Amino acid sequence: MDISNYLYLSVILFTIGALGVLIRRNAIVIFMCIELMLNASNLALVTFSRINGNLDGQVASFFTMVVAACEVVVGLAIIVTIYRSRRSASVDDASLLKN
Amino acid sequence: MFNTPIIDYNLLAPILIVLGGALLGVLVEAFIGKTYRARIQITIAMITVVIAFAWVIKIHKALSPVAAVASVSIDGMGLVLQGTVLALAFVALMFIAQDNHFAPVAAALPGSEEEAEATVSGTQMTEVYPLVLFAISGMMLFPIAHDLITLFVGLEVLSLPLYIITGLARRRRILSQEAALKYFLLGAYSSAFFVFGGAFLYGYSGSLSLATIRQTTITPGSNHIFLFIGMIFVTVGLLFKVGAVPFHAWTPDVYQGAPTAITGFMAACTKVAAFGALLRIYFVGFSGVANDWKPILTTIAIITMVGGSIAAIAQKDVKRTLAYSSITHAGFLLVGIVALNRAGLTAMLFYLVAYGFATLGAFGVVTLVQDSSGEVSDLNRWAGLAKKSPWVATAFSLFLLSFGGIPLTAGFIAKFSIFTAAYASGNIGIVVVGVISSAIALFFYLRVVLTLFFKEPTAESATVAVPSLMMKIGIGIAFAITLVLGVYPNLLFNLVQSLSNLLV
Repeated sequence: MDISNYLYLSVILFTIGALGVLIRRNAIVIFMCIELMLNASNLALVTFSRINGNLDGQVASFFTMVVAACEVVVGLAIIVTIYRSRRSASVDDASLLKN
Repeated sequence: MFNTPIIDYNLLAPILIVLGGALLGVLVEAFIGKTYRARIQITIAMITVVIAFAWVIKIHKALSPVAAVASVSIDGMGLVLQGTVLALAFVALMFIAQDNHFAPVAAALPGSEEEAEATVSGTQMTEVYPLVLFAISGMMLFPIAHDLITLFVGLEVLSLPLYIITGLARRRRILSQEAALKYFLLGAYSSAFFVFGGAFLYGYSGSLSLATIRQTTITPGSNHIFLFIGMIFVTVGLLFKVGAVPFHAWTPDVYQGAPTAITGFMAACTKVAAFGALLRIYFVGFSGVANDWKPILTTIAIITMVGGSIAAIAQKDVKRTLAYSSITHAGFLLVGIVALNRAGLTAMLFYLVAYGFATLGAFGVVTLVQDSSGEVSDLNRWAGLAKKSPWVATAFSLFLLSFGGIPLTAGFIAKFSIFTAAYASGNIGIVVVGVISSAIALFFYLRVVLTLFFKEPTAESATVAVPSLMMKIGIGIAFAITLVLGVYPNLLFNLVQSLSNLLV
C-alpha cells in the first residue's frame, strides 16, 4: 500500500477532530476531539518517520503521548470541577464571562 | 550505535533549580502543617527564583548552542529572556503571596459546607507556589528550545500549571473555574495545531531541529507544500499563546476570571516566553523563506494592533481593558518579528521588559482596589481614586502612560525602537499603522487616567486596601523600572544589545 495513504488518513482524522471541537458543545466530547487531533499528529509523525527513514518522528510521538496523558489529568480535573459546581459539562452553560 | 549524549548541566542549571524548587514545594505542601506552610512556600519560591536568576547572570558568557545535544540553544537572547522571566516572576510572587487571592480548598465545591469549614478553620492550601514554579520552568525552557519536541514540551510545561492556577480564585469561584475551562480547551486545541504543524515540518526536513529546517529551506528542490502546512499550523499554535488577533478570544475572559495576581503573572511572563519561542522559530527556523511568511505576519500584526486598541475603547472593566491592551502589545511585538533584523530583536527584548513590569504593576494595583466584598474592577467605580490614595493612582497612571508610549516612560523607548527597526527593514506601512493604533490606544489609557484624577468620587466608588509591605515593594519595583528605563534607557538597552545574538 502506498505510504502516503497514512498521511491522508491523519489529515482526515485531524480535520474531524478540529471540526468536532468547533461543533460539539459538551466539554468532554470537545476534549476527546482534541485527543483525536493529537493522535492524528502522532500518525503523521510516525508516517513521516517511515518516509524519512529515521527514528526522530517515532521518538516525538512518544513525547506527544506523554504530554497528552498530562493534559488528560489536568483537563479532566478542570472539567469535573466545573461539572460538580454546576451539574453540566456543556460549554454553552459556561457563559458568565461575556464574550 | 549510540553515542553518549553530552549534557552541560552548568548551562541548564537555572531551569533545573526552578524545577527542584517546585518539587520541594510539592513535598512541603504534603508534609508541613498549615501554621508554617504558607511562609515556607513563599520563602522557597522566592529563594529559588533568586538563585536561578543569579545563575543566569553567572553563565552569561558561557554560551553554547549544544548544551543538551542541540535540543536547547543557550545564547544571549535566551539568557536575556530567562532573566526577564525570573525578574518578572519575582515581583509576581510578591503579589501572589497575599493571603486573600486563592480558594482555601480548591477541590471543595463553591458555597459548600466543606468550603465554609475550611474558611472558618483558617485552612489555606498553598499549591499555587509549586505550580507557579513549574510554569516558570516551562517559560524558561520555551525561549531556548531549539527543536520542535523541546518547544512542545516547554509549551505544555508552562501551560498546564497555568490552566489550574486560573481556576483557583477565592471569590467568584464559578467565574474563575469557567475561565480555567476556556483557557484549557482553547490552549489544548492550539497545542494540537502546534504538534500537527511540527509533524509536517519534520516530514519536510527529516529532522525536528530548527537548524536543519532552516538548512532544508535554502536547499533547492525540496517539497515546499509540507513546509507551508507546517509553518502555518505552528504559527497558529504560537499566536494563540501570545493572544494575537484572530486567536485572542480567550484573553479577555481568562484575564478577567483568573485571580488578579495570577493574571499579572500570566500576562507578563507568558508573553515573554511565547515571544521568545516565536522569535527563535522565525529568526532561525523560517528565516530562509522570509518572503513567504512576512506578508501573513504583517497582516496579523496590523489587525492585532488595530483590533486590540479599538476593542479596548468599549470596555467597562479594568481587567478586560488591560487584557485588550495586552493584545495590542502583542501586535506591536509582532512588528519586531516582521522586521527580522538585529535591531528588531534588540527592540523586542527591551519591549518585553518594559511591557512586563508595567503589566505586573498595573495588575498589582488592581488587586488593591476593593470594596467590602472584594476586588472592584468596574471602571466607573474607580472614579476619583486619586483623591483617596494619590500614590496608587499615580502608579497606575504611570503604567498606563507607559503602555501608551508617552515619553519619559519605558514604553516610549520600547515602541520607538521597535518602529525604528521596522522602518530600517523597509516596512513603512506597518510603522504607519502602528503609530495610528498607538494613538487610538492612548485615547483609552488617557480616559482611565482622567477618570482617576478628575472625576469626583461617588458613594459607589471603591477604596484602596492598605497594601502590605510586599505589595508596596512589588509595585515600587515596577514603578521604578518603568520610570528609570524611560529616563535612562541605556542602562538596559546596551545590555540587551550586546546580548541580542542567536546561536544556531
